[in-house]
Amino acid sequence: MTDWEGGGSALLEIRGLSKKFPGVLALDGVDFTLRAGEIHALLGENGAGKSTLIKILTGVYRRDGGTIRLDGNDICPTDVADAQRLRIGTVYQEVNLLPNLSVAENLFLGRQPLRWGLVDHRGMRRRAAAILADYGLSGVDPATPLGHCPVAVQQVIAIARAVDLSAKVLVLDEPTASLDRREVEMLFRVMRDLRARGIGIIFITHFLDQVYAICDRITVLRNGRLVGERRTDQLSRLDLVTMMLGRAMAAGAPMRRREAVARRGVVAFEGVGKSRYLHPFDLEIGAGEVVGMAGLLGSGRTETARLMFGLERADSGRIFVDGRPVRLRSPKDAVRLAFGYCPEDRKTDGIVGDLSLRANIILALQARRGWMRPLSSREQEAIAQTFITRLDIRTPDADRPIQYLSGGNQQKALLARWLATSPRFLILDEPTRGIDVGAHGEIIALIEQLCAEGLAMLVISSELDEVVSYSDRVLVMRDRRSVRTLEGTDITADAIMAAIAAGA
Amino acid sequence: MTRRFLPLLTTTGVFVAGYLLCMAEFHNFATARVACNLLTDNAYLGITAVGMTFVILSGGIDLSVGSVIAFTTVFLAIAIGPLRIPPLMAFLIALAIGAAFGAAMGAVIHALGIPPFIVTLAGMFLARGASFLLSTESVPITHPLYAMLNDLSLPISGGRLGLIAIVMLLVFLAGGILAHRTRFGANVFALGGNPASARLMGVPVGRTLILIYMLSGGLAALSGIVFSLYTSAGYSLAATGTELDAIAAVVIGGVLLTGGYGYVFGSFVGILIQGLIQTFITFDGTLSSWWTKIAVGALLFSFIGVQRLFQVFWSGSGDVDTA
Amino acid sequence: MTNSPMARPSSRQSVSSPAAEGASMRMSPEAAPLRAAPGFLKRGSGPVPGRRFLPQIGGLGLVLLADWLVSPQFFALRLQDGRLFGSVIDVLNRGAPVTLLSLGMTLVIATGGIDLSVGAVIAISGAVAASLVNGGLPVPLTIIAALSAGILCGAWNGLLISVLRIQPIVATLTLMVAGRGIAQLITEGVIVTFVNPSLSEIADGSWFYLPAPVMLVLGMLAVTLVLVRATALGLMIEAVGVNRRASELAGIGARSIIFLVYVWSGLCAAVAGLVLTADIKGADANNAGLWLELDAILAVVIGGTSLLGGRFSVVMAVLGAWIIQAMNTGILLSGFPPEFNLIVKSVVVLVILVVQSPVLGGLNPRSLFCGRGR
Repeated sequence: MTDWEGGGSALLEIRGLSKKFPGVLALDGVDFTLRAGEIHALLGENGAGKSTLIKILTGVYRRDGGTIRLDGNDICPTDVADAQRLRIGTVYQEVNLLPNLSVAENLFLGRQPLRWGLVDHRGMRRRAAAILADYGLSGVDPATPLGHCPVAVQQVIAIARAVDLSAKVLVLDEPTASLDRREVEMLFRVMRDLRARGIGIIFITHFLDQVYAICDRITVLRNGRLVGERRTDQLSRLDLVTMMLGRAMAAGAPMRRREAVARRGVVAFEGVGKSRYLHPFDLEIGAGEVVGMAGLLGSGRTETARLMFGLERADSGRIFVDGRPVRLRSPKDAVRLAFGYCPEDRKTDGIVGDLSLRANIILALQARRGWMRPLSSREQEAIAQTFITRLDIRTPDADRPIQYLSGGNQQKALLARWLATSPRFLILDEPTRGIDVGAHGEIIALIEQLCAEGLAMLVISSELDEVVSYSDRVLVMRDRRSVRTLEGTDITADAIMAAIAAGA
Repeated sequence: MTRRFLPLLTTTGVFVAGYLLCMAEFHNFATARVACNLLTDNAYLGITAVGMTFVILSGGIDLSVGSVIAFTTVFLAIAIGPLRIPPLMAFLIALAIGAAFGAAMGAVIHALGIPPFIVTLAGMFLARGASFLLSTESVPITHPLYAMLNDLSLPISGGRLGLIAIVMLLVFLAGGILAHRTRFGANVFALGGNPASARLMGVPVGRTLILIYMLSGGLAALSGIVFSLYTSAGYSLAATGTELDAIAAVVIGGVLLTGGYGYVFGSFVGILIQGLIQTFITFDGTLSSWWTKIAVGALLFSFIGVQRLFQVFWSGSGDVDTA
Repeated sequence: MTNSPMARPSSRQSVSSPAAEGASMRMSPEAAPLRAAPGFLKRGSGPVPGRRFLPQIGGLGLVLLADWLVSPQFFALRLQDGRLFGSVIDVLNRGAPVTLLSLGMTLVIATGGIDLSVGAVIAISGAVAASLVNGGLPVPLTIIAALSAGILCGAWNGLLISVLRIQPIVATLTLMVAGRGIAQLITEGVIVTFVNPSLSEIADGSWFYLPAPVMLVLGMLAVTLVLVRATALGLMIEAVGVNRRASELAGIGARSIIFLVYVWSGLCAAVAGLVLTADIKGADANNAGLWLELDAILAVVIGGTSLLGGRFSVVMAVLGAWIIQAMNTGILLSGFPPEFNLIVKSVVVLVILVVQSPVLGGLNPRSLFCGRGR
């Protein structure tokens, strides 16, 4: 181990880790080394074994083989509390704290300071205030219920809790997924601080930018096997993606660029807005046109989509479809108008987990027909099979409950749900979020294909390269209003970023 | 901060206003005797409500308490009567049975991951059935200790605060400390907030669940002891529907039925409000007893409605989905 | 949450072997017609749809076998005065109120809700019927009034739950508590008895050789089945029960659906109330339908519908109600004291708990009782 420059001594050494689930070898002899005072990215496509490794490390699963040594001692975490005792702290993507308890109680749950055997609330708040100040959150009152804090603050509090539990190893499982750029920066500051204090951080993320921004080392897993460990500064992006995918990918997405077409407005929004929610905006989207929407989280992107789909009622403006004014006050109206909306949060807003893939695909079509006109099982099967084939949804059969499919296939099923209604206008909110790299490309190809078939689309995405690759126009959002429209050759990632940053 | 106390303040306000209203209507309402009777008559319900508060705070529900009370009274009647077990010994055994029964339900809820609703439903059948097996008749308890315990009381300016009322007050006090000033209490709130997070934060979910239902079962048994003192009999049909009254009191007391929010003191006020309604109807004499049910139902509804409105108001939209 | 770690490996399994999937995908078009079996049993549960309900059918068989063992004449039937008599008919007849309740309760539970108020609604509809028929109202109008009372109660529940979004258990709890008070208000606190042969006909009459309550059950079952399976309502109820937000986003009017299931539950309870009132020729606001809501919930759970909502089966819930009644009757026939019922019932609940447990169910993905496991 002498060839490792920089970073401290090995803090955590995993050797030959294996885990078998019925019918699948989730981890197959994986090695992983974390040094004190380093930020180590753990990367891989969905199903690569990242989460299995983390779950074994944090005591959720038991390993079937291999050794885990922490500071030279063999460990075998039996549950989360045990992992905490072993000084392994974890922060998950969805903040796993308790919104109903105060910030102080969240920081000290399970180890509240006692006086005469009873919880010393005042002392606890005092100590909490000190910890918050350490993390640059001195503005937060320790007595506020956690649920009233912004997500990024909750995230930092979760880290503070883990570190304060004397963690030496901190596992951050996609903590940045729901943060905007500024909040990510705040998180990174905290992470750099902790690195300087000698804590080893395992960082899992889908954002390669973030990997290069903060990580010292990268370990890549694929199909439950170790692909390799590299220093970040010695690994190019192309090589990294190749390691993750196990195949060489064409460098850069193909650019489709058409000259600004004369738009036949299929859907037009005129001054649509809602006070204290979204400033009124105008937008006309024609058939076969993809409008990209960029902006930071909270800039009004999802809000726009929700207004467009009737999930929020606009209090100003008019909406036209094919030139005729229409009423749009609920998702039901939107479905009737042949609009479709794939929401950002697939699990809670998209899939109906327990129902079969087939039921999920026909759901919107059935809703539009109304309950009095059911689709026969033959029609259902035909529709489902059509889209399973067309979108290449990988499933043993259409009867499989959708919750058992992978994220990418769920996303395709949601697309299928709307395509089955032959929509004229489709809104996709972060269609590639939380999807492995392979499915990523397929979804993008689908967007292009649907556009070619004459669908009008609004695609919201944080991945600027993607937005640039498929959009005919790009709307840039900031502070809940649309601030800039880019067209034709003006559409570049730099221009978008400049527009986002202009007033920030 | 006031936000958190608002339900509690509302409940207390309702009780004070109700009491003032009763005082205006009936002049002898203001006496210490009425106040003491209010506490004594509702002692068994109050003790159960403390256990129910913990259960509901954790996001669960315990339908078995009424049956456990009935079982305890029958068990005591038989143990003290025909079996000649010394009453204090019998009390201890009854408490142990209640606690063990609750713990078993908690263990089943935890181990099988089944909603508490259905597990405690089974417990309700089981405990009621067991008391039927012991005796279907009402069995009187005539031990001298019962008369003695019933005579114990604390004189308060004209009124007498009976032993069982004192027991209830102590249970509420202990319950309040346990819920709000101990780690166990924090764990209960944590479970009610989000069990998955609680587990990830290292809350011993299984142990806490078992302890919660054990507490509820044990307090139900204590409530049964108090009930048998109150009625000097054991009857397997006793305390039917007590679980509903207890749940109603807890909810009226401002505890969120979804768990995670509320105060033990609130349940105490909830008990007092229910008792107040009953006392009012007794005092009035012309109103029939069914008005109690309607009034409690209406109160329940208005409290739930108000809680709901606050939720909507605070979150700024109607989308607060607890499901 | 107990289920999710278990569910994950199987999902991974499905995506990690593209070769096997390719094969099964090629096969699926041929396999499709096999699965396209019509009717309520087909709900895309797995490769062999019928197998999902083996425990219920087996359970009923076991209970009936036990009944036959304690009473060899259990299956004996005789025809008398144009009506069949026998223990089996008795089971169906006595089980009618719970069976009726379970029809509505199944739909309610499938949306992820619960209706605790049905016992109180029985008391209310019974009180309405008894009071009105005593007041000289013609029987058809009385029946309509009693049913309307049930529908009104259901609409109240539905309003609270779908529009105000109050938790079902809480919303129906208020009616459960206040409902008996309301019933007593109607009967003015006494047990109202009546003498009216045509109203009593609902309980002691017989149509097509079967007791009237049994025919009522079969009729309501048929109507319910048509309502949910001949339309898309069943699918929508299941979708709302599994994920209300997603269903609404797909354009399903979740509010109206939730409202509707509570109205239906109220109506079913009112019919049950009529049967019970006609049976005792009177209305007892305190005791009519007492604890029947629990039996109805039990029947639905025995029928394999998860209390967490989602996929449901009305027929299996009816089977569940029959299982409960067959046990009750068996205990009566065997000479055990009726109090024994409760013990047996609790044991049954325990057995179901074990079988339906998401923890154990997670071990077997095809688990017949598998709930949503959250």
